[in-house]
Amino acid sequence: MTTTVDSILAEYAGAGRDALIPILQRVQEREGYLSTDAIVRIGEKLDLPAAKIYGVATFYNQFRFQPRGKNHIMICRGTACHVKGSAKVLENISHRTGVEPGRTSRDGQFSIEVVACMGACALAPAVNVNGHFYPKVSPTKVDRLIQDCRDEETN
Amino acid sequence: MIKFEVDNVSVEAKEGDTILGALRRNGVNVPTLCHMEDLAPTGACRICVVEVDGMRGLVPACSYPVAEGMKIKSRSPRVIEARRTVTQLLLANHPDDCLYCSRSGNCELQTIATELGVRQRLYRGQRATRKLDVSSPSVVRDPEKCILCGRCVRMCEEVQGVSAIDFIGRGSSTVIGTAFDRGLNVSSCINCGQCIVVCPTGALTERSHVDEVIAALADPDKYVVVQHAPAISVTIAEEFGVKPGTDADGRLVAALRRAGFDKVFDTSFSADLTIMEEGSELISRIRNNGVLPMITSCSPGWIKYVETFYPQLLPNVSTCKSPQQMLGALIKSFFAQTQGIAPEKIVSVSIMPCTAKKFEAQRPEFAPNGLPDVDYVLTTREAARLLRTCGINMERLEPDNADTPFGERSSAGKIFGAGGGVMEAAIRSAHFLLTGKELSEPKLTALRGTKDRKEMQLDIDGLKVGVAVVSGLGNARTLMNEIAAGRSDIHFIEVMACPGGCVGGGGQPIGLDRESVKERMKTLYNIDRDDALRVSHKNANVQRLYREFLGEPLGHRSHELLHTHYGKRDVLR
Ligand code: SF4
Ligand code: SF4
Ligand code: SF4
Ligand code: FES
Repeated sequence: MTTTVDSILAEYAGAGRDALIPILQRVQEREGYLSTDAIVRIGEKLDLPAAKIYGVATFYNQFRFQPRGKNHIMICRGTACHVKGSAKVLENISHRTGVEPGRTSRDGQFSIEVVACMGACALAPAVNVNGHFYPKVSPTKVDRLIQDCRDEETN
Repeated sequence: MIKFEVDNVSVEAKEGDTILGALRRNGVNVPTLCHMEDLAPTGACRICVVEVDGMRGLVPACSYPVAEGMKIKSRSPRVIEARRTVTQLLLANHPDDCLYCSRSGNCELQTIATELGVRQRLYRGQRATRKLDVSSPSVVRDPEKCILCGRCVRMCEEVQGVSAIDFIGRGSSTVIGTAFDRGLNVSSCINCGQCIVVCPTGALTERSHVDEVIAALADPDKYVVVQHAPAISVTIAEEFGVKPGTDADGRLVAALRRAGFDKVFDTSFSADLTIMEEGSELISRIRNNGVLPMITSCSPGWIKYVETFYPQLLPNVSTCKSPQQMLGALIKSFFAQTQGIAPEKIVSVSIMPCTAKKFEAQRPEFAPNGLPDVDYVLTTREAARLLRTCGINMERLEPDNADTPFGERSSAGKIFGAGGGVMEAAIRSAHFLLTGKELSEPKLTALRGTKDRKEMQLDIDGLKVGVAVVSGLGNARTLMNEIAAGRSDIHFIEVMACPGGCVGGGGQPIGLDRESVKERMKTLYNIDRDDALRVSHKNANVQRLYREFLGEPLGHRSHELLHTHYGKRDVLR
């Protein structure tokens, strides 16, 4: 695993601290999240403390620090979705799965990601689970959606 | 000189002054929260705003330079309103906990709210529920009381070079935290407590052991002894409102005895002992081609720093335990034996200027057979709290002497409390051990004062020895990098984790500034100037301890009780 990070870091040989964000993005692209090991390796390379990197990374919504769950739920928090009540949807999903945005449940079943806009404003509020798209998600729909995910697991 | 006006009064400022500096010098108080002495301003909190004629917006006094002819309004309705609003916003999601808060009475937020006459809650923000971090044996973090001023982060990063904590997240969910929000105990934190001393609120406090000590004192089956570090007597009076630099040595001893401690010992005694061991170790390293430069090991924050960031330098670190741990080991061995008390019955308490000492005391290295040599460490602040809880008025007590066999000290042991003092004490004794003669002048001016780095080249009967003193880990890092880069004219280094040494320790009274650190140091050096016994090797009780129990410095018993080894530490850094 560290080798992926090392190979990315190798591409940035000689780079300074301003390369931090691009490096973090590349690592997340390849590994799906930023692991402790990855952050420590990046820190050694750029001479940056882990707390500093974590601070910078948490400033941006795009980074996650746990691997994705089996069901990766993306919730749109763009303006249109917000107007149509996406905050409530997020709260519901979070409550039903017991997972906070940006996190993964302990059993690895669910992870939640908040995205700025999915470009499906006409179908707000929009949710995406493992690439599958759900339009006009009402709170009741959330219940079914989560149940479906769970059922799939037991079957 | 710059002439300017404040509230229609003409005053003067120095070139390069900020508005804040100039106003304060001219008797105008300006509240600040994010401002830190000696560090570049960030202008983050905006509580310090003033009005400047000709400028549209209000100006943060801490980060704006005064200019010739400037007309400043420091107390206009607009200024007061703005400051009140900032305060109101800070209080919007602040817990109403003053009554139960350890900082009540010396909380800067509380003071500012009071001074500005903020008497009711205007905005009710959502109160964030955030977990207390009690994972560290030294520092407790309560994020709910944090106002995000950033002082702790800057102290940790810019002064200490540790960066265990930073701003995590963004917007209203921003918190101060460690990498991956883990406990402070698994971060790169070295427990120095400097963040506590600069925190304006109750968000950072020490892990308190006052209640445990009170319980032990009340337990008839326990024999409770206490040791107090060299820097305590010159700082504890500040906790009771006395001005910095007041020595309360004898009265502190009397107060502790009143509190019910069975014996009151002076850690300056084991500082003298440390000098005997460390001085001998240095000479042995020089004579036998040992690893040099040798680096002092009294400061447990420094030790953890080496273990975390410079493990390759561990062989350079003296094997001597710190004075606290030396005395702790002696109390539960030599003292217990001679008094016929079972070591399990003894509760060994120490009063230290330092939160890292709490961490040190619970290290497995210092608990032979699972029985810790030191049971509880109280900071200066906690010791004052203990005395207050017990209703003891130190000022009214007659001074008293510490108990034998660990009560006598030289003033060389006493100056351990000032950055540079260990080195000065060590040179005095090393000179004697090498030549059989005393230094003609025991005062080593080059090693005194609050400079970041102090160096000196000595010639001891033809033996050339280079010494350096640093305090504050950022300064230590600079020196260590020079050593790593091959610098070889330095043979002995004193490092103290806290700026200024123990007088500036993370367990010292809140409200630490450069001036009070200087006053505390001055008092220690005045004690030294006036003392009859100024060298550790002449401490009669130390000599007796060697004769009757330890044998020789670096001898078998010493090795067993007074020396140790440290190892590399793997943490998230
Ligand atoms: S931090 Fe200050 S304002 Fe907040 S509860 Fe404690 S004393 Fe009161
Ligand atoms: S105790 Fe020292 S090292 Fe730890 S967080 Fe505070 S300032 Fe940083
Ligand atoms: S913990 Fe204290 S020093 Fe640190 S940001 Fe919060 S209030 Fe400021
Ligand atoms: S003290 Fe000036 S902006 Fe905070």
